Amino acid sequence: MPFTRFVEIGRVAMVNYGPEHGKLVVISDVVDQNRAVIDRPDEIRRVVPFKRLILTDFKCELTRLAKKKELSAALEESGAFEKFAKSAWGQKIAKRKAKANLSDFERYQAMKKKQARSKEISKAVESMS
Amino acid sequence: MVYGNFRFHQYHVVGRHLPTEKDANPTLYRMKLWATDPVRAKSKFWYFLRKLRKIKRANGQIISINEIFDRSPTRVKNFGLWIRYQSRTGYHNMYKEYRDLTMNGAVEQMYSEMAGRHRVRQPCISIIKAQVVPAALTKRANIKQFHDSKIKFPLTRKVVRPAEPRYRSIFKGKRPNTAIFTS
Repeated sequence: MPFTRFVEIGRVAMVNYGPEHGKLVVISDVVDQNRAVIDRPDEIRRVVPFKRLILTDFKCELTRLAKKKELSAALEESGAFEKFAKSAWGQKIAKRKAKANLSDFERYQAMKKKQARSKEISKAVESMS
Repeated sequence: MVYGNFRFHQYHVVGRHLPTEKDANPTLYRMKLWATDPVRAKSKFWYFLRKLRKIKRANGQIISINEIFDRSPTRVKNFGLWIRYQSRTGYHNMYKEYRDLTMNGAVEQMYSEMAGRHRVRQPCISIIKAQVVPAALTKRANIKQFHDSKIKFPLTRKVVRPAEPRYRSIFKGKRPNTAIFTS
């Protein structure tokens, strides 16, 4: 099967290392075979090695080392960050985050819900046999 | 003070011979060089100056030392480095090219590459010249291949790495699947 995700100018990638884990960034330029310049509308451009990036399916139309204004415009036009949030991968991350942010009571509620659901399922299974 | 997250910093050192009765205003000599801190930069300055002129630390003085910073630390540039190094058998000259955002970064790349490829340690290398090279004048194929505004290539091998160093494990029960094909 061919590759579908490429390192290219405007490709949206996710940082998968350190305190910025899970942050979406845009590839602004390629330094060499190991590193890329990444950009975000609210940050200063910087270098990140490909080892610490995962490429996503999404990209925006961008020229090399684009200005912040152009970057924001391109991101808005392509809706790449929103598209990622809607993708299965993005939803999974959001779900995980929501689960981690539950309060003690909410966790209890979730447990009760799960128990009720399991009960229903086992009842249904029993009735089938 | 040492600024930035670089191993090597560029310093601009100005020094001269101590004023004597014969020469009350000795010529100033300035040098741009790389060192890990200002103290070492001054040492390197005297090392070079005593080779070039009849001045040494005992009869000279440092007028000023400033760190030089890159003007555009968010733009990728091609750096050409002319170096001279002492190997186990003799002296060699070399021209190397690196792509980086800052010259300090390129110099650091050069030192680690020389250590890796030629086993040359930092004290044995002297940088003759370092400058930004326009894309059209670069020589090395590995640098030229990145001169493409429509650059596009896949990452062919991806190992899932732990998110933080503390999650690293020395022994894994299972070998990682490095294929990242997506349908």
